[in-house]
Amino acid sequence: MSVLYAKNATIRFGGVVAVNDFSFEVNQGEIVALIGPNGAGKTTAFNIITGVYSPTAGDVYFDADNSGNSLKITGLSPDRITKLGMARTFQNIRLFKNLTVLENVLIAKHLRMKSNFLSAAFTFPWARKEERAMQEEALQLLKELKLDSAKDEISSSLPYGMQRRLEIARALATQPRLLLLDEPAAGMNPQETEDLTAFIRSIREKYDLTVFMIEHHMDLVMEISDRIYVLDFGEMIAHGTAEEVQNNPRVMEAYLGVEADA
Amino acid sequence: MNDKITISKNKRHLLTLLFFVVALLLIAFANGSVNSYIRRILNLCAIYTILGLSMNLVNGFTGLFSLGQAGFMAIGAYAVAIFTIPIEQRVALYYLEPIHPAIAGIQLPFVVAMLLGGMLAAVVAFLIGAPVLRLRGDYLAIATLGFSEIIRIVFTNLQNITNGALGIKSIPSVTSGTLWWTFSVAILTLVFMRLLIKSSYGRAFKAIREDDIAAEAMGINLFRHKVLSFVIGAFFAGIAGGLYAALLGTVDPKQFYFPLTYNFLLIIVLGGMGSFSGTVIGAFLVTAGLEFLRVMDEPLSIGGMAIPLFRPGLRMVVFSICLMLIVLFYNRGIMGDKEFTWEGILGFPKAVKRKFSRGPAKDGGGKV
Repeated sequence: MSVLYAKNATIRFGGVVAVNDFSFEVNQGEIVALIGPNGAGKTTAFNIITGVYSPTAGDVYFDADNSGNSLKITGLSPDRITKLGMARTFQNIRLFKNLTVLENVLIAKHLRMKSNFLSAAFTFPWARKEERAMQEEALQLLKELKLDSAKDEISSSLPYGMQRRLEIARALATQPRLLLLDEPAAGMNPQETEDLTAFIRSIREKYDLTVFMIEHHMDLVMEISDRIYVLDFGEMIAHGTAEEVQNNPRVMEAYLGVEADA
Repeated sequence: MNDKITISKNKRHLLTLLFFVVALLLIAFANGSVNSYIRRILNLCAIYTILGLSMNLVNGFTGLFSLGQAGFMAIGAYAVAIFTIPIEQRVALYYLEPIHPAIAGIQLPFVVAMLLGGMLAAVVAFLIGAPVLRLRGDYLAIATLGFSEIIRIVFTNLQNITNGALGIKSIPSVTSGTLWWTFSVAILTLVFMRLLIKSSYGRAFKAIREDDIAAEAMGINLFRHKVLSFVIGAFFAGIAGGLYAALLGTVDPKQFYFPLTYNFLLIIVLGGMGSFSGTVIGAFLVTAGLEFLRVMDEPLSIGGMAIPLFRPGLRMVVFSICLMLIVLFYNRGIMGDKEFTWEGILGFPKAVKRKFSRGPAKDGGGKV
């Protein structure tokens, strides 16, 4: 059963077709990877899914409540889509840099806040209860992701790998069904990448997630993904299992180039 | 590494309570002993504190570069002016064109008029915010500046409501004879702002300031929260405007030219964008500083010899140089985005000691 699918999503910026006629689906519980050379339109595809861009044509559907009825989410704002249960991380880490680790996670809990600003400011009993629950959940999450020892550190002072982990923690704090990871292993060494692989697997189990990710590290992609989509110049040139994609001539061509004519 | 001292919650509350008691005693003492000149300056300091706090919420905490404060202040000031002057004086006051019959017979107590002014400013902010808050950075600054001018020009031309360019004189000077009005409102504003920023909404505001794209991706409705911050800021600016009108006893549109907003901008930049403690310090420094440098505007002679340069205008030159120095050497303001905390204050002697005994310390001492 698909959690997320798109039909013929296309986006043009002026004369450039960044993503062309891209259809895909991500099923419940899967880890799906989106790969492709630089500038292939992977992040743009993510931006269409998360509502940052509206596609020029085509639609994206998201099954927010596991009911089997998918909801059309094209045109919704990013915060609405996050509220429906889809969270993302960014290619270039986008933490709230001057705030603490705990605050970063608490901010991602704000979307479920029911009290209005006056009762929150004056800490009326129900607002205080909500705030306390938020704090507890956030601390619990940090503990589960082994970030609790750094909870009062300013987020930009964390080591790089931990910042990546915090970004995932922050996304998890919104209680998503579907997690979109945009190059989670960017800038990581082989050891860190291996840890990340285990980490992604463990959070998928623990939080019952479906994962859709963009990644360049082929080791990670080949090991972890159930299925792979390959984009090149905005076109989908292949999709299938790791093995199928690896042996696809068009993929090799896109990554390695065509041999020059003799 | 752990040099920070920890204080239990109860002790912290007790210290805060103690601080307020001392502050109130100080205000009571000042209220009874200062002359009317100093009292006026202190009242102005308190009013500017409120304006600085309201502007810091929008600019420093939510990261919206808004310059509309003077306009919102004008709305509050006029609400108090129009609704608190005694009905029998109105005929004489509105001699060019009689006051609009709908408001001619309404006279409100000062507090009600002040709150009404705050509400009206908030409503106007809501209406302005809807289109304007879609803009970012400098564009937002220009648009809000424009709206503040529009408000002023509308007030200049609503002859039968605002008395136009003539202004409104002889407003009952409720706040000028005492420090209590302005200082209690300033303290309430400070407490409210602090509570708001500590709440989940405050964190959402800060998230928008830090990275609005990430904030939106984390489910924060940017538009709603920006408007909220803008409206709260305008409400308190309106309240401050009301206090201001009652302090001066007169309002006219020229008082609310947009350079007035720069004073508040100066206060928050000097005190530190994103620090309420800094805003309070900034408001007192700027307001009192401008007042006490006034001697430089008078001709000065020592031993019969006139000192050159001491003439009207020197004050602003010196003041500007001071500001340039501060901005050059403390470009994040006096407090940066830190607040005074009891841990910081009580840990300060320890931090100083450490600084001298173990070489240069890494953190900022008393600021935690």
